[in-house]
Amino acid sequence: MAKVVLKLGDDISTDIIYPGRYMATVLPGETPQYAFADHTEFNARLKKGEIPPGSVIVAGKNFGCGSSREQAASCLKGPDLVIVAKHFARIFLQNSINLGLRTVICPEIEADEGDELEITAEKVINKTKGKTFDVIPLPKARQAIIDAGGLIPYTRQRVLAGKK
Amino acid sequence: MGMTMVEKILARASGQAAVKAGDVVEPKVDLAMSHENAALVLNQFHEIYKGTGLEAKVWDPSKIAIIFDHRVPAESSKTATNQKKVREFIAAQGITKFHDIRGDEGGICHQILPENGYVRPGYVVVGTDSHTTSHGALGAFAFGIGATEMASVWALGSVLNVEVPGTIRVIVSGKFPKHVLPKDLILYLIGKISAEGANFKVIEFHGEAIQKMDTSGRLTICNMSVEAGATSGIVPPDAETLRYLKEVAGVRETGAAFPLSGTSGPDPDAVYDQVIEIDAAALEPQIACPHTVDNVKPVSAVAGTPIQQIVIGSCTNGRLDDIEVAARILKGKKVARGVRMLVFPASGRIFREAMAKGYLTTLMEAGALVANSGCGPCLGVHQGALGDGEVALSTTNRNFKGRMGNPNSEVYLCSPAVAAASALTGVITDPRGER
Repeated sequence: MAKVVLKLGDDISTDIIYPGRYMATVLPGETPQYAFADHTEFNARLKKGEIPPGSVIVAGKNFGCGSSREQAASCLKGPDLVIVAKHFARIFLQNSINLGLRTVICPEIEADEGDELEITAEKVINKTKGKTFDVIPLPKARQAIIDAGGLIPYTRQRVLAGKK
Repeated sequence: MGMTMVEKILARASGQAAVKAGDVVEPKVDLAMSHENAALVLNQFHEIYKGTGLEAKVWDPSKIAIIFDHRVPAESSKTATNQKKVREFIAAQGITKFHDIRGDEGGICHQILPENGYVRPGYVVVGTDSHTTSHGALGAFAFGIGATEMASVWALGSVLNVEVPGTIRVIVSGKFPKHVLPKDLILYLIGKISAEGANFKVIEFHGEAIQKMDTSGRLTICNMSVEAGATSGIVPPDAETLRYLKEVAGVRETGAAFPLSGTSGPDPDAVYDQVIEIDAAALEPQIACPHTVDNVKPVSAVAGTPIQQIVIGSCTNGRLDDIEVAARILKGKKVARGVRMLVFPASGRIFREAMAKGYLTTLMEAGALVANSGCGPCLGVHQGALGDGEVALSTTNRNFKGRMGNPNSEVYLCSPAVAAASALTGVITDPRGER
């Protein structure tokens, strides 16, 4: 079971998730401090460690649109958040898969801050609202990268296999 | 079954006779571009090799391009240190397509790649920048990827597990009216199909208005295809593509030497997800209003809106023809008091050409500030952040909340003609009455 800690609308851009003025900070260990920097209250709670790992951000369509900056995925992966959105923008979704950030495509999702969700491979169950929503699974080619633990181990296997 | 442009390119690059949308392929990469975020790429690249006992060497140093543009000259010691690390990596790996912070060969990555002839029709181009879609203007399949994915490309020379995207065919007929520009076309299209209307798809451009458009305009429309969510935009290569490569980029090979043999287009029986027709002659100047790029209105709907900063530049509209349009409108006139007009030529070469033609003098005499080539304030790091409550009108590509460095400001997007006409008045202004 996981609690919704932030609810957002449609078209949340990477400039909202990780503002451009922090782009000089690149390392995954350092990016979480700037996650949603302009959502000052949420950012402060995150930095104080008040948001437990596995907590959920719920969003509308086209989450992560805009820049290819990988910081937008790594800053959410650091605190081990889960993103449940109606849909994701392509590059953000791919970055999340590559880094192992949990993303759930759930086109009909209804949830508010404070709601308790149970997330399986096929469904998101909103226990608070007593409603269940279907999940769109990732294509197999994407799932293979997740199953390997992310793109770094996946590529490492290939490098070691000498299949250049 | 026939293939679209991108299906043809991916079939060639993955060594198959034919592919179709939805297939999973591993295309070989012809060009891999990064900017300052190469600092993160090289960190992830070393991670791949950790514990393997193998030496971390890139697959082909001649196919990697690195251009510093996002924060030039460095705005902070952190950026300067990252740039230094990247220079050391470039030297150690023998990477040759490196464009440092220089007036002779520097500039914005999406201008440097075409003007140096690094992109050819039929190439697979990846870049750690979402606006890598720009290079579809030369008939390449060019798309943005993240830093870890680029690290994987540096190691393997291919992109793993790529799904062949479906394609939207956009046919643009007719002639553009005066002071209606390619930027207006792409803003109109984004407004029509929405910011996710082409998500995971390619936009393939056709029609009379595209055939007559020069490569600069094609770069603008392919550049902003990503703002409709597109994986890439692409214009089938034609005589104009070959002209640009020869005359502007100095490429000596002829069309037959390119992977897609010069000017071959999609198959006549290619299968498209959607076909959209637009009449260029019916367009008026378009404005993307705060805070999403698909919040597009005709200029008449927002004319009169007061602005404090005007920006002409970026990978979208910082080329010579963009600066020329602005100079023609501002010649002998003055930028309105209370408005800061900032101009960023997209490359050192464009800067020098605009200087030689007198455009920069004209703009400066009018009151504009001309700054060094680079991304400038587009991504909100430096060179023109906005104050609380201020409004910018910009020829750049994004107007997301906070984009120009301040979440308490607003950004409207427009063509260089609208930007220049509005500089004279201090409010958003229809340029069609200007010279």
